[in-house]
Amino acid sequence: MMNAAILKSADTHPLTWRLDHLGSQPLDLKTYESLEGFAALRKAIGDMSPTAVQLLVKDANLRGRGGAGFPAGVKWSLVPMGEDAPKQKYLICNADEMEPGTFKDRLLMELLPHQLVESMILVGYALQVSKAYIFLRGEYVVAAERLNRAIAEAKAAGYLSENILGSGWGMELHVHTGAGRYICGEETALINSLEGRRANPRAKPPFPQVAGLWGKPTVVNNVETLVNVPAIVVRGADWFKGLSRGKSADSGTKLYGVSGRAKRTGVWELPIGTTCRELLYEYAGGMQDGLELMCWLPGGASTDFLLPQHLDLAMDFDTIAKAGSRMGTGLITVVDNKQNIVSVVRNLEQFFSRESCGWCTPCRDGLPWSVKLLQAIERGEGQEGDIEVLEEMTHFLGPGKTFCALAPGAMEPLQSALKFFRGEFERGILRTEIQHEEGQQAS
Amino acid sequence: MATIYVDNKPFEVDGADNLLRACLSLGLDVPYFCWHPALGSVGACRACAVKQYANADDKRGRLVMSCMTQSTDNTYISIDDAEAKAFRKSVLEWLMTNHPHDCPVCEEGGHCHLQDMTVMTGHNKRRYRFTKRTHLNQDLGPFINHEMNRCIACYRCVRYYGDYAGGDDLGVYGANNNLYFGRERDGVFNSEFSGNLIEVCPTGVFTDKTHSERYNRKWDMQFSPSVCQQCSVGCNTSPGERYGELRRIENRYHGEINHYFLCDRGRFGHGYVNRKDRPRQPFLRTSTSSNNSVLEILSAEEAVSKIGESLRPAFSQERVIGIGSPRASLEANYALRDLVGAQNFYGGIGEAELEHIRLVLSIMQSTAARTPALREMEKADAVFILGEDVTQTAPRIALALRQAVKTIAVDMAADLKIPDWQIAAVQHIGQREKSPLFVASYCATRLDDVAESTVHGAADDLARLGFAVAHAIDSDAPEVPGLSAEHAAVAQRIAQALLAAEKPLVVSGTGAASEAILHAAANIAGALSKKGKTPSLALCVPEVNSLGVAMLQADSVEAGLRALVNGKADALIVVENDLYRRAPAELVDGAFSHVSTVVVIDHQSTATSEKAKYILPAASFAEGDGTMVSMEGRAQRYFQLYQPDYYDPSSRIKESWRWLHAVHTSVDHREVSWTQFDEITQKCAEHIPALARIVEASPNASYRVKGLKIARAPRRYSGRTAMRANLSVHEPRASQDIDSALTFSMEGYVGPNEDASFVPFAWAPGWNSPQAWTKFQDEVGGHLRSGDAGIRLIEANTQSSGKYFSTIPAAFRADENSWQAVPLHHIFGSDELSARAGATEMMLEQPYIGLSPSDAQHLGVRDGVLLKVHNTVFNLSLAVRILEKLPAGLVGLPVGLTGMPHLPLNVPVKLHPGTGA
Repeated sequence: MMNAAILKSADTHPLTWRLDHLGSQPLDLKTYESLEGFAALRKAIGDMSPTAVQLLVKDANLRGRGGAGFPAGVKWSLVPMGEDAPKQKYLICNADEMEPGTFKDRLLMELLPHQLVESMILVGYALQVSKAYIFLRGEYVVAAERLNRAIAEAKAAGYLSENILGSGWGMELHVHTGAGRYICGEETALINSLEGRRANPRAKPPFPQVAGLWGKPTVVNNVETLVNVPAIVVRGADWFKGLSRGKSADSGTKLYGVSGRAKRTGVWELPIGTTCRELLYEYAGGMQDGLELMCWLPGGASTDFLLPQHLDLAMDFDTIAKAGSRMGTGLITVVDNKQNIVSVVRNLEQFFSRESCGWCTPCRDGLPWSVKLLQAIERGEGQEGDIEVLEEMTHFLGPGKTFCALAPGAMEPLQSALKFFRGEFERGILRTEIQHEEGQQAS
Repeated sequence: MATIYVDNKPFEVDGADNLLRACLSLGLDVPYFCWHPALGSVGACRACAVKQYANADDKRGRLVMSCMTQSTDNTYISIDDAEAKAFRKSVLEWLMTNHPHDCPVCEEGGHCHLQDMTVMTGHNKRRYRFTKRTHLNQDLGPFINHEMNRCIACYRCVRYYGDYAGGDDLGVYGANNNLYFGRERDGVFNSEFSGNLIEVCPTGVFTDKTHSERYNRKWDMQFSPSVCQQCSVGCNTSPGERYGELRRIENRYHGEINHYFLCDRGRFGHGYVNRKDRPRQPFLRTSTSSNNSVLEILSAEEAVSKIGESLRPAFSQERVIGIGSPRASLEANYALRDLVGAQNFYGGIGEAELEHIRLVLSIMQSTAARTPALREMEKADAVFILGEDVTQTAPRIALALRQAVKTIAVDMAADLKIPDWQIAAVQHIGQREKSPLFVASYCATRLDDVAESTVHGAADDLARLGFAVAHAIDSDAPEVPGLSAEHAAVAQRIAQALLAAEKPLVVSGTGAASEAILHAAANIAGALSKKGKTPSLALCVPEVNSLGVAMLQADSVEAGLRALVNGKADALIVVENDLYRRAPAELVDGAFSHVSTVVVIDHQSTATSEKAKYILPAASFAEGDGTMVSMEGRAQRYFQLYQPDYYDPSSRIKESWRWLHAVHTSVDHREVSWTQFDEITQKCAEHIPALARIVEASPNASYRVKGLKIARAPRRYSGRTAMRANLSVHEPRASQDIDSALTFSMEGYVGPNEDASFVPFAWAPGWNSPQAWTKFQDEVGGHLRSGDAGIRLIEANTQSSGKYFSTIPAAFRADENSWQAVPLHHIFGSDELSARAGATEMMLEQPYIGLSPSDAQHLGVRDGVLLKVHNTVFNLSLAVRILEKLPAGLVGLPVGLTGMPHLPLNVPVKLHPGTGA
């Protein structure tokens, strides 16, 4: 999957440089240790207080890689620390990677499990947690096996104990495999699921950092976010900020990817702020022969479509947001000119409709209606007013109106498709006289 | 307090509240589904969206869910904002995409919150043209219908049933819009509070099956402000009638007692009112061959004058004994007392039970502890239940105590600045933490699942534990000699928990049939008072008017029967009582053989009425007015629901007090007078000092709202001109109610705008469902604007002597050849009436004998094997039921179940295996 032609180093590819040392299997603990493995943890425990690690990450401006881009250091700063803090605190790695078109965490976990294990212990130290969980997408069976093996190795080597590296602090680390619900990627739904409850999101406040898993302070971070931390600890905040090499105000590298009918789909670690054009044409080799790019999703199904004219935008959180979409997970999906945009959107909405947890009305009952409307339009059986109903939904299923971000995410591709390709939708609306008959039949 | 601006108008509200509750309390209409006054906010349905502005200058604003937004000072919102209105309308449109629109055949129709909200939001045109998802329904037993297709997925049912009521067999299955709210499989709900689902569900998924067979719309019923007759708690009910039949019981809001919820015995145990075998005319038993008798129907005047004539000689010598009843009103009992004279009046309560009820009364009158209403029990932060199995004897208390254990979660949330109405957050923060609740009982109880610890033992051991708790709280309280180390440790823990609490509560009662247990409970409350706490002491008594009858200071049933056996009287009048449930059959039979005339006034045919020469058809709570005194010491009035002879001219049903007064006038050679309710109540209040204030329990018959009486029937009541057409095409004048300020009509005051002191049914313009109660409250979920019904007759004694009970029983010792019989109660069947009530009859258990596993093993018996249990008084053969938690040496006998004779309890019995069959 990786572009072998690029020479990677710890300085330039902090997340993936170890892949060059890989055989057919992931690294064992010894090899990992020989490649700077656990150096960050040793350094943190040896030289830094937990708060110092937090401040360093805040200073490095590490923004969450799960899609929302919330600064990890700020998230952590809400966790109660010190003597009065609750004894039970939790760190959860959100590894429920289910965003359509996104497959970056899978790579990190299947090929570099020790790196995630070290990252979790390191962040666990920074937050002084008592227990940590990797909430893993159920279908990632290979990752589950390799993570469990890596945890066992780490335990045997003393990296996971009641007294880690003589710090007097210790934690447990467990892998929990989910049952395959998209909503489990929402951090509070994830917590509910981990507690054995229905995976419905929780209302905030209280934020998980204050009252999360089992009612105790809890931090939930994405896999990619977490694995950035060791290199920051070893190489410093300034180095991390410099990784984007002026391409973006954001810091570090990013795992970018391309799916859809491009020549070489895959995932690459690149400086954050790399343009989509570079991604698509230099790394993915451009569109397959005979196909033209019609539009693209910057980072998963829950982001607004962008057009070819947006290809030169830097893929970072703020730039893509300004263009009316979101960088999301940073793994772009390209849609070519041979595809029916109505079908593409219908397919996406079908996914979201199925994955609605069923808690709040707009999402639970609005999304299935949108699917039925899109199916009708797709068949050419749309009726006058259908597009208006869809448009109304993009507004009423939007941010703040639903309980969580699932439905607003679902509306992003729909609203942008309606904006850019309204004619395609209008073509699916029946002529008036037939419509009248239909209308009578249906009522 | 905080000032909020709603559509530019300033309002003073409680700043800690959420906007939805604040707006509803202000009388503003905001639609909602998932929110419920008793269940808090979860933000699921999105129907309560309003526009919120950052400040007075912000014209743009954003939609927020009012249930999830705090009403802090200077909040600017708009309910009328166009976008907010359009959004709320959309929410209804989405909810309706899968709703079947089957209102015409749906039993919720006409009191449906979904209908009300649909009208309120203005969603009146369906744009959704696709298929709807369908579900299979479940058979949920005799109480509740299930129609899942109507579900709008508001989640209230699971939140009520699981989170609020602690039930574990209603779940939500599936995801997206394919959700299923039901049990894992068909079957009756486990919870004793399942019936509230009917009112909690905003639409017709859960409806009242007892109403289904003879169904009619809410608007076609007459209602009355009533009080539940099925236990001593005194929950308020709103019974509904059509065509002279009691059709259903709904909750009637009471801010201190039941709020929004009833127990299943109260809600479904009303079928005895409609029984075909009820006496509806006066009867004279004529033929007297030993086994055959013929009942001759008499007119009311005939009956009264015949009885007057035949009893006059006996009356002239004061040789008529009257036995009243704790299931009859104060007025009935007082009228009987007035007729036969105080010296010949017996209260109708069995000897042993009366002793305990009197003790309860004297403790209530002397203790410094307050007798709490349910609202106070819900706030208790440490609870000790000593001896009383409240889930079975006074069920609604158990539901209140299930709220009490959640106070700690509310406190934990408050520490994180999360308000109590953020109910999901409170639960997530509280997790499994519970405020301390301790249960000491004979056997397992249905509150054990929320108890910190449970202790099971014989009465004397439970009492000793109680005494030890009192001593651990206050060393001046008597010490328990020879206490086991285990009990000493538990007593310490209970004492510490009660002392650490701000609102400690002790619950006990007569259900355990033990004087020592009541002494111990009183000592604990007394000890807490001495230590400067303000404890509550809730003492349950068996029946709806047990306490009221005890306040009449009459002697027991046995005493009356013995007086008869001893030839002290020639005639007996029994009012609303089946003596065979109160005293040994031999004694009752013996007493009957000593009197020439037995008059029974009852609304049920009983073993006692079968022995009567005269049977007078009494009104049940549905046909008459009366006053009852609840275990809280609250005198409450219930009002007649319908006039039986309007539909059935042959009916001669009258209130017992009315019959008695008529007999009285007949005996006295006066013209028969039927008097008025207020007169008898007034007389009772004048003659019985303890009951002096019962006249304040409710407004009298002259009460008017704007010159109007209050209508029992909703405005849209239909068919009145035709409903008697099968009898006569001439519509008679509507029945007149001389006894109360209510009319048998839709004519009269209806609605929430005046502070009507008693409200027959919940209705306000635009609010047809039980959610209309909101319109009658001072603040939502608070008190009724005109004050909650009833008057407390007994308050905590500020001059309490603080004297401790000091008779501490010896520890129970299991004996090889003798067992201790202990009473076990059942929500259905331990009381007399639920065993005669159709739906609840289907839930009755068979009589059994409960044995501990070790005793069963010792005796070599299995479940279901017949076993002979006897002592000097009784001799029974019962099927064995092995009870895991019953201590060895005890045998559990179910109280009151059909087939169980009257039994003395907490007495030694002997068992004979294998000889029973």
